[in-house]
Amino acid sequence: MPQNETIQDLDLDEYKYGFVTEGKPVFRAEKGLSEEVVRQISAHKEEPEWMLDFRLKALKVYESKPMPTWGGDLSDLEKVLSEIYFYVRPQDRMQHSWDDVPEEIKDTFEKLGIPEAERKILAGVGAQYESEMVYHSLREEWSNQGVIFDSIEDGLKNHPELFREHFGTVIPTHDNKFAAMNSAVWSGGSFVYIPKGVSLNTPLQAYFRVNQERMGQFERTLIIVDEGAHAHYIEGCTAPVYSTESFHSGVIEIIVKKNARFRYTTIQNWSNNMYNLVTQRATVAEGGHMEWLDGNLGSKLTMKYPSCYLMGEGAHGEILSIAYSGDGQHQDTGGKVVHVAPYTTSSIVSKSISKGHGRSTYRGLCKVYEGAHHARSNVECDALLINDTSRTDTYPYIEIEENDANVGHEASVSKIGEEQLFYLTSRGIPEEEAMAMIVRGFIEPIAKELPLEYAVELNRLIELEMEGSVG
Amino acid sequence: MSAAPILKIAGLQAKVADEVELGILKGVDLEIKPGEIHAIMGPNGSGKSTLAKVLAGHPGYEPTDGSVTFAGEDLLEMEPDERSLAGIFLAFQYPVDIPGVSIANFLRTAVQARQPEGEDLDIFEFSDHLTERMEMLEMDVSFAERHVNDGFSGGEKKRNEILQMAMLKPRLAVMDETDSGLDIDALQIVAKGVNKLTEEDPEMSILLITHYQRLLNFIKPDFVHVMVNGRIARSGGPEVAIALEEEGYKTYEGQEAPSTNGSAPAA
Ligand SMILES: Nc1ncnc2c1ncn2[C@@H]1O[C@H](COP(=O)(O)OP(=O)(O)O)[C@@H](O)[C@H]1O
Ligand SMILES: [Mg+2]
Repeated sequence: MPQNETIQDLDLDEYKYGFVTEGKPVFRAEKGLSEEVVRQISAHKEEPEWMLDFRLKALKVYESKPMPTWGGDLSDLEKVLSEIYFYVRPQDRMQHSWDDVPEEIKDTFEKLGIPEAERKILAGVGAQYESEMVYHSLREEWSNQGVIFDSIEDGLKNHPELFREHFGTVIPTHDNKFAAMNSAVWSGGSFVYIPKGVSLNTPLQAYFRVNQERMGQFERTLIIVDEGAHAHYIEGCTAPVYSTESFHSGVIEIIVKKNARFRYTTIQNWSNNMYNLVTQRATVAEGGHMEWLDGNLGSKLTMKYPSCYLMGEGAHGEILSIAYSGDGQHQDTGGKVVHVAPYTTSSIVSKSISKGHGRSTYRGLCKVYEGAHHARSNVECDALLINDTSRTDTYPYIEIEENDANVGHEASVSKIGEEQLFYLTSRGIPEEEAMAMIVRGFIEPIAKELPLEYAVELNRLIELEMEGSVG
Repeated sequence: MSAAPILKIAGLQAKVADEVELGILKGVDLEIKPGEIHAIMGPNGSGKSTLAKVLAGHPGYEPTDGSVTFAGEDLLEMEPDERSLAGIFLAFQYPVDIPGVSIANFLRTAVQARQPEGEDLDIFEFSDHLTERMEMLEMDVSFAERHVNDGFSGGEKKRNEILQMAMLKPRLAVMDETDSGLDIDALQIVAKGVNKLTEEDPEMSILLITHYQRLLNFIKPDFVHVMVNGRIARSGGPEVAIALEEEGYKTYEGQEAPSTNGSAPAA
């Protein structure tokens, strides 16, 4: 059995196992993306030769792959891509002014009670995040333990061997079209290494990473959690990310080694012109434990399926996701768990909320290879529709090659019921608040896993979203 | 008692909201004065729950004729939350699950809604009060952290309704078959709680909807009404309930109600 194989050997790209596309390859070279652009990026970052080669190969793969048609509607995307800049230097990116930020976004910041300085960062107009005293002492503590928490660029510069050994091993370039695109033009993101046996009590927050781009359009993150280490990493926040760009395509690779435990939490709320196409995946070795906690709000279309490849005996993977789609938004999200080794266990819990003309799709894969005996997996996906015009679909793919495996799947769709609303309003609770309460109750099993300040923000955001939903 | 009625229902007719026909209430008249306890009895399907829900403003029913005045205001013009703030409370026959929302959170929100504009509830006072009310109803305090009605037994649901009533202190409580699903011990606890509330506030009125005489042994009504086929067919004192217990509803079968407003049942 393929326990010692690499991800490449498993040949499990998105085009197999249901994430299938049909249609002709795109031959037209995008106006915005060319070999020249890729060379410029690499030169600007003063990268080693191997990285330039990696990028150029990825560009070829990107060009050879057709636009996927199995998921959300990408028919506008080529046009969008032909108009964007694939690489913007951070100093240029930061130059819009606070006055350019749309009122609607400012208004939301106001209502969320986000401090002024933070608002500017979130809106992409601030200078660098002021480093805090707290952060300094944390940073010192971490570096004393040998923890590396850097920008991805610094990771490549300062830790070339460690970097090269792991980069691109979890999500190979050919995995999917957007992973290939990211591999060609990546910029920004984090490089994290947690040494053997080190256990961090305070989450690593991408916020804390100063002097670098916080979140690029093509961010790339590589996290290595060495044997027996424990850590939690948090990316994003619930405030809407305002960006003049309309395309975000990240790649997050995580390596959880033997008996290590790791949780990656993202809450992202994009402005609703955004295509958000992210590939995030972890490999989990023997006895390791990986959790994705993933919240997606806003955007025009999000396609994102965090995955766990359970490579070693007894590995455990967990995916908790919340998706919220408002008018004109489509969240095509879910998760993938791949059981390669015996006694591996996994669970996916996905909750989606669709309001107005919003649409949520759950798309998941559970794959159990032959030889992964005693594998157990459980999938639960629940959709909540706020209005009659909201829509939800479920595409659970299950593929089991092993007789001795136990896979369960449960799905439910509910509409905010007249009876529930009446019950709450009959106690004097105004209708909008009653709706928000029902929605918060619906996501409670996942929200309670969030750090308190995130849960609070998420709840407030849902309240804001429910305004005007009555009638 | 010469006080003005808190609730005055006159010639009330109502139907299911989306249906053309289906008149359920066919001319209900009822007056309740502050501090009075009224019981409505009647066979299954006679319209008791419909009356309760129309009073609370359930959107699934539409009043088609008649009027309801509550504390001098036109009740039928008000939204359900406004009715609640005005002092109406409905203890549901079938309480609804709200997964993920704790009883404490739910009640805090409902009590907060009663605060004057811009004033925040004192959270410590609230939680002391909640604990005290739970003790009164012999409920374990850990119950407050459970999700509203989610996975509750029938008896727990009913007790939870009375807890809400005790926290929200209505002027008129409509209790729809609170006794069904309660064993005799639970029934006594609930009745004791309700009696305690009427002691605390002698002006509080109660409209008890029940199928059986049993509950009326514990909560003594001043008036008993028999509802048949969408109308009140008979009204009187506690003796009406005793008679019903012996005779059953068969004496009312096929009987037209003494119509006071002369409106004939639809089709
Ligand atoms: N939403 C509804 N749709 C259709 N029929 C209804 C609806 N609600 C009540 N009814 C009918 O109205 C009648 C009275 O019901 P209900 O008020 O629940 O009676 P009771 O509480 O006295 O048992 C019954 O025949 C019932 O089937
Ligand atoms: Mg009933």
